[in-house]
Amino acid sequence: MNPAPMQLLAIEDDPQIQRFLSAALDANGHTLEIAGTAADGLRLATLRQPDVIIVDLGLPDMSGLDVIARLREWFKRPILVLSARSQEADKIAALDAGADDYLTKPFGIGELLARLRVAQRHVAERDGATLQTRIDADALSIDLAAHRVQRDGVDLHLTPTEYQLLTVLAKHRGKVLTHRQLLREIWGAAHVESPHYLRIYMRALRHKIEIDPTRPRYLLTEVGVGYRFADDPAAKH
Amino acid sequence: MAANLPDARPDPDALLERVQREEVHSRRGRLKIFFGAAPGVGKSYAMLEAARKQKADGTDVIVGYVELHGRPETEALLQGMEVLPPQTLEHRGLTLIEFDLDAALKRHPRVVLVDELAHSNHPGARHPKRWMDIVELLEAGIDVYTTVNVQHIESLNDVVTQITGVTVRETVPDRVFDAADEVELVDLPPDDLLQRMREGKVYAPEKSRHALEAFFRKGNLIALRQLALRATAERVDAAMREYRDDHSIHETWAAGERVLVCVGPDPLSERLVRAARRLASALHADWHAIYVETPKLTRLPRAARDRVLEVLKLAESLGAETANLSGESVAQEALAFARQNNVSKMIVGKPTRSRWQDRFQPSLVDEIVRGSGHIDVYVISGEVGAPPAPAPPRLPTRSSHWRAYAWSAGVVAAITALCTVLYPNIERTNLVMLYLLGTVLAATRFGRGPSVLAAVLSVCLFDFLFVPPEYSFVISDTQYLITFAVMLATALIISHLAARGRRQASVARARERRAAEQYALSRELAQSRDIDGLGAILRRHLLAGIDGQAAVLLPDAEGRIQDPERFCARDGSEARYPVPGNDLGIAQWAYDHRRKAGHGTDTLASANAIFLPLNAQRNCIGVLALRPKDPHQLDVPEQMHLIESLVNQTAVAMERVRLTQTAHTADVQVESEKLRNVLLSSISHDFRTPLASIIGAASTLSGEHATALDPAQRHGLETTIIEEAQRLHRLVDNLLDLTRLTQGPVQLRRQWLTFEEIVGSVLRRLHDALAGRDVRVDLPPDLPLIHADEVLLEQLLFNLVENALKHAPGSDLNIRAEATLGSISVSVRDHGPGLPPGEESRVFDKFHRGDVEAAQSGFGLGLAICKVIVEAHGGRISAHNAADGGAEFLFTLPRDAEPPE
Repeated sequence: MNPAPMQLLAIEDDPQIQRFLSAALDANGHTLEIAGTAADGLRLATLRQPDVIIVDLGLPDMSGLDVIARLREWFKRPILVLSARSQEADKIAALDAGADDYLTKPFGIGELLARLRVAQRHVAERDGATLQTRIDADALSIDLAAHRVQRDGVDLHLTPTEYQLLTVLAKHRGKVLTHRQLLREIWGAAHVESPHYLRIYMRALRHKIEIDPTRPRYLLTEVGVGYRFADDPAAKH
Repeated sequence: MAANLPDARPDPDALLERVQREEVHSRRGRLKIFFGAAPGVGKSYAMLEAARKQKADGTDVIVGYVELHGRPETEALLQGMEVLPPQTLEHRGLTLIEFDLDAALKRHPRVVLVDELAHSNHPGARHPKRWMDIVELLEAGIDVYTTVNVQHIESLNDVVTQITGVTVRETVPDRVFDAADEVELVDLPPDDLLQRMREGKVYAPEKSRHALEAFFRKGNLIALRQLALRATAERVDAAMREYRDDHSIHETWAAGERVLVCVGPDPLSERLVRAARRLASALHADWHAIYVETPKLTRLPRAARDRVLEVLKLAESLGAETANLSGESVAQEALAFARQNNVSKMIVGKPTRSRWQDRFQPSLVDEIVRGSGHIDVYVISGEVGAPPAPAPPRLPTRSSHWRAYAWSAGVVAAITALCTVLYPNIERTNLVMLYLLGTVLAATRFGRGPSVLAAVLSVCLFDFLFVPPEYSFVISDTQYLITFAVMLATALIISHLAARGRRQASVARARERRAAEQYALSRELAQSRDIDGLGAILRRHLLAGIDGQAAVLLPDAEGRIQDPERFCARDGSEARYPVPGNDLGIAQWAYDHRRKAGHGTDTLASANAIFLPLNAQRNCIGVLALRPKDPHQLDVPEQMHLIESLVNQTAVAMERVRLTQTAHTADVQVESEKLRNVLLSSISHDFRTPLASIIGAASTLSGEHATALDPAQRHGLETTIIEEAQRLHRLVDNLLDLTRLTQGPVQLRRQWLTFEEIVGSVLRRLHDALAGRDVRVDLPPDLPLIHADEVLLEQLLFNLVENALKHAPGSDLNIRAEATLGSISVSVRDHGPGLPPGEESRVFDKFHRGDVEAAQSGFGLGLAICKVIVEAHGGRISAHNAADGGAEFLFTLPRDAEPPE
């Protein structure tokens, strides 16, 4: 699948990464604007109205979290965050502040393109007026209208909570959802501090969905952050 | 020649003491007291004149507070002086004016004038007494000029009362007066003073007349003047002696005199204390005031006990060391104390008892004199007409309960029933024995009252039923009177002995409890390794004895005491006791001055909590705040002593912990120094190898002859760059992890996790590296949730699997987990060559690499990180070779909490 060219804005202060981003994204047919500071980035965002904004969390003039919050006052399209490893708390904070996904430095161009593709697809799904009634991922198919889940054509019996957990993740296919986001979505705001619910249901769900729960194909763990429904389950394993 | 010189050099110890004293003096401010015999002699005037002279010499002098009493001459002297504005205090709707201590400390002049040393501050000021303000000024290094009249000197207080008939309530401890660097007597002959009074120069006219009649009688003034002159002369004498000491002018007096005074709840005690102080100061001796609490005295009403405490406080303020002893006999305890402390002179009160009482029981004086040995005993008489000491009320023992009476009547009834059955067959004498047995039983079990009841009932019933003529109280044989008397006497003696035994036991128990309390605390303190833990132990022990709330307040890096998060109550509940700014201020004061403050102390006694500094040898660790439900709990000196000793014990333990931590930090520094060195040498190899490959490959790709490369070669070089960069990436990650994890205590973000998920994540991350290998995962389906840090646990398993991949090339892997009752253990094993023998424990060392010459690089940091992570979770990790070859790594995490529902 060759994605439609996108108008991108990267707010990133490191010149080497700037160079790598612009070369790689150019080569893939996208247009990239680069801002070296948060102030520049915020200005360019209003000026150019990009399709996706890539924000580095460590900027010289403003915290990346503040940049996201400022953007989210009006910017409705996807925001991708670049962060260093062992900053799980920052990643969660960025996601809770409104970022759509994150990439851990160092990252390969393949990962970045995959994330962009997911972001683009979600925009298209959100903008498209047709309601999604069916999600197909490799051998798994979820019939949202009929509340039916099948693997290789065989019906799987899920409890209502398991079904809800699966569909919430599947609807955001390829995108990470934090523990808090999932807890709020499924159990309600009162239970965001009870993450063990999520672990227990996730284990049960994996045992029903996955062929080998210790090598999940569909329900991936983002350690310390949350879960992600695999974008392309066939790609790995 | 040296040998011929008279030995007239000063004693080195004495010299040292002098130097130290002078050192303290040079840091402290100097106190100058303008001393007078009565109000109106011109002390304030003299003080202001002296201040003006100083100011003229260029000294920074300010007026802190001067009482003008509307005297115009004095007021005139204030002209041109810097006057500190007084602070105003609101108290019950009144606006009160007070010397502003904080402003003076802040202004920090060279000299400050503060009138009326004996003044009592208004409620709301920091100290209850002005002399305490002045002591604080001196401690801050500010010189103070102040004024005081002779009747305000504590030890002369009773003499002044005797002379004038007026009781002066505002007094200054002698030690403050004695510690003054200079005392200037402001003297005015009585006739001149009276003249001034009449002219209205001292008080307003109508007040003057009243004063003239009450206090300012000529006789009074002469006597007061004499007292003032004598007190000044004594100081001059002391100064002279000091001078002679300094200059080795020998003068001998009995060395090491010590005076001991025994006090009690009677009014005579105050006189005893003052007499002891006079004797001690005449002898230049240390002195002690003690109170011996006998079981009888524990029954005193609170008012009487309070009086004892007052007397002890008075003694303390007069410079005595006080102690509160407990024992069966006052004389024995006092003498034992006296011998222990090398007391040479003892002062006791003259007994106010009738002669016949002495016949039966020797008086305290007799006992002390008999046992005193070489100690001189002084007997001081009570004032004529002083009310006798109130007799202690009877102790309401548990036996005086009506139930005890009923029981004792029951015993007699039972014996009577027995006697009725036996009577025809046995002698009456033996019946008496049975009744006596009953009475003895009642006496030992139920106390005096019920035993007397038993005796009387026994006598009556025996008489009525068994003594002829039967069924009447008439007795035919007067011999039975002896029987009755003996029975009654036996009852009394036995009940008395039993009660005494019980009392002794309770005294012993109280002592034992105290010792046990201290022992238990010290044992617990030895086990704790951090300051918070020690604080919690102290709180628990204090609250076991005192109902209330307690918290340990610790300072921040700048020495500011922090508001405690929680106050702990006795039942373990924690409450947010809002420490008002003011109370936190008291805590700060206690910390800064290393002295106790708050309730029942000299500083801000109006607070409802007491603040005790945690004074260790080197510095003050923090402050203990204790807010008892009933403040009276703190008034008993014994209780206070126990609290203070517990606090001190804890402070020492806290200092030990702190020193250990410091030592540990030093260890860590040494360790990290070593780490840095190894790192530097490792970098040369482990970093340069991948860098060399990357630079080589990249320069080939971008070099002149790049066009000569065929696509396969090009792709090979590109792959090299990516792989080597990733290897560098792992190195850097590991280094960062290890630095982060070994920098300080590891902060765990524990959550309830499924291990399956961790395995899944690791296998996904290592997907490419694992290509072509079989990884078998054995997880029991009922494996419980693990309470651990998700990121670290994943890192742990990742490192173990990665290590197996590296050291067992091509081998299959096994990951297995199992849960026991108390732990969860995980094993990662390969089927490779296994660990070299003897390496099993060393593999977890930093920079240890299985085979030094192996092509596989990797710092050997991965396993060191594993060890840190496992240990941070309170678990253990080990490595060994499996029976069928291959290395097995095993870690065990404790299941120290139950998963939530």
